[in-house]
Amino acid sequence: MERGEVSASRSADGTLTIHLAGPWHLQGGLPSPEGLQHELQGGQPPKRVAFEATALRGWDSSLVNFLVRVVEPCQERGVPVDQEGLPSGVRRLIALAEAVPERKGARAKAVAPPLLDRVGLASIRGSESLTAIFSFLGEVTWALGRLARGKARYRSVDLLLLIQQAGAEALPIVTLISFLVGSIFAFVGAVQLQKFGAGVYVADLVGIAMVREMGAVMTGIVLAGRTGAAYAAQLGTMKVTQETDALTTMGLSPLDFLVLPRMIALGLMMPLLCLYADGVGILGGAAVAVGMLHIPPVTYFGRIEASVDLTMLSGGIFKAAVYGMLVAFSGCLRGLQSGASASAVGDAATSAVVTSIVLIITACGIFAVTFYIVGI
Amino acid sequence: MTENEAHITVRDVTMAFGSFVLMHDLDFTVRRNDIFIIMGGSGCGKSTLLRHMVGLNEPAHGEVFYDGVSFTRADPAERKRMLRRVGILYQGGALFSSMTLAENVGMPLAEYTDLGPAEVLEIASLKLALVGLKGFEDFYPSQLSGGMVKRAGLARAMALDPDILFFDEPSAGLDPISSRLLDDLILELRDSLGATIVMVTHELASIFAIGTNSVFLDVETRAIAASGPPKELRDQCDNPTVRRFLTRGADARTERGSARG
Repeated sequence: MERGEVSASRSADGTLTIHLAGPWHLQGGLPSPEGLQHELQGGQPPKRVAFEATALRGWDSSLVNFLVRVVEPCQERGVPVDQEGLPSGVRRLIALAEAVPERKGARAKAVAPPLLDRVGLASIRGSESLTAIFSFLGEVTWALGRLARGKARYRSVDLLLLIQQAGAEALPIVTLISFLVGSIFAFVGAVQLQKFGAGVYVADLVGIAMVREMGAVMTGIVLAGRTGAAYAAQLGTMKVTQETDALTTMGLSPLDFLVLPRMIALGLMMPLLCLYADGVGILGGAAVAVGMLHIPPVTYFGRIEASVDLTMLSGGIFKAAVYGMLVAFSGCLRGLQSGASASAVGDAATSAVVTSIVLIITACGIFAVTFYIVGI
Repeated sequence: MTENEAHITVRDVTMAFGSFVLMHDLDFTVRRNDIFIIMGGSGCGKSTLLRHMVGLNEPAHGEVFYDGVSFTRADPAERKRMLRRVGILYQGGALFSSMTLAENVGMPLAEYTDLGPAEVLEIASLKLALVGLKGFEDFYPSQLSGGMVKRAGLARAMALDPDILFFDEPSAGLDPISSRLLDDLILELRDSLGATIVMVTHELASIFAIGTNSVFLDVETRAIAASGPPKELRDQCDNPTVRRFLTRGADARTERGSARG
């Protein structure tokens, strides 16, 4: 490809004339001023620098960039530069590029702190983020107190909409996941149990696993990805567009107005979804038990009835309500903590899902131990 | 390249969303080296017209031509090629928030030229210097003020040395001095780069200071109410809406005043 050319000639009076020729376009790459450096900086620096551009055919930023890099060192060294020979557009752009001096201290210094500092900074950040979680928990508790006294302000339409989004609209995905989990349990269990000729206990396995733990946990995880992330993105975007600020200055607490309805919606819908997931999971187990192991449906459901009791069922539903609140809590926390940019909102959504899942699993462990001690 | 050559032609363009017609039969020509102003009251479809001109929205009827070639009928590959000669400054800057200024400005360069990373950075720094942001290469958009974001957006719009620059309300949200400096910068860039500029604005000071030609979109009739150099429109236009707009309603006040007096 044809590209811009540059050469230099020195006249008797010490003037260095730089000759520019050919087309100077970005597509042709950037000619480097290196070749000129030794002319400019060599043993005898020129007294004056001039340009000649009669053979120049077309130019763009590549030429301006080149000239700025020639002119700047000359000016630093006090060598007068005569720009007469340049096209007027180029002269004006050079002037424009130099019009505003570099702001002192604007350039960010990227210094990596030593290891010990980084460990310290990370632990400070860690404790700060833990403090933020607990103070948010405190604020939410106050808000729940206001709700109990009927003083919390939010729009009931919002609450109904949130209930619909988190509840009815989540049914298809909850159906799919819990049906599959139920049948996977039955399948894995059947392979082991059949070795002892105890294939019929597949029903106990599926029933207890779904009702005690998996119904609530799987629904919680599905909602963390589906609804928790959405809450974080919604609230994060509201921060970007200053909607949360508007609420605050209107005297409405974003906590009451945004967080409470979401906590209520998930707190109400999760138990229902969990109950539904339990049922669908047991049906999934039935599909495998009846279809593969040829256990009669009556026997399967009879075993379910015998093994699952009301305590177990209500325990699972109670857990689901807690997981729902945790999902809403993490989603709202991360959303309200979000920075004001597109990437920050993305980070908030990611972090909301991670926080929800960590909290759900932690709570699950705590419940398991507590229920064991209490003897449920 | 003559001064008066038509650069962009908008012919009989009708903008509609479903059955709702926003503007009908828009017909005008932007000449090379013009600073062409699209003006009109709030919500009349100025920005939408700009979106139609660059293909973000499709006209319900009519065509847009660049250098006599139909953009509306061009296939996607051809459109991409035509748009490479176009730079757009969006109203909010539209800088990518996850990238530094240098990365923002360098992205089209890295995408559409054969320059290496060091050269891309060099040109990006030059563009930032041109808009007065020398030394801000490693800043993220969220660390800048509104005016600086606008200027960085301008640096990105001119990354590939476009022939045509579109500006969507460049001075919205800027103080009068910043807005004046931006006008000067636009004028300077037009003169030195030889670009054609299309600007959507209702900033009267800018309109009179730098506009060489204009169209006025009337929200009542949903059509062009007047076209021509803004100063001429202010002094000579017969359309009362246009006069009222260009005199900030002073015209209407004097009329009312004289009627009462």
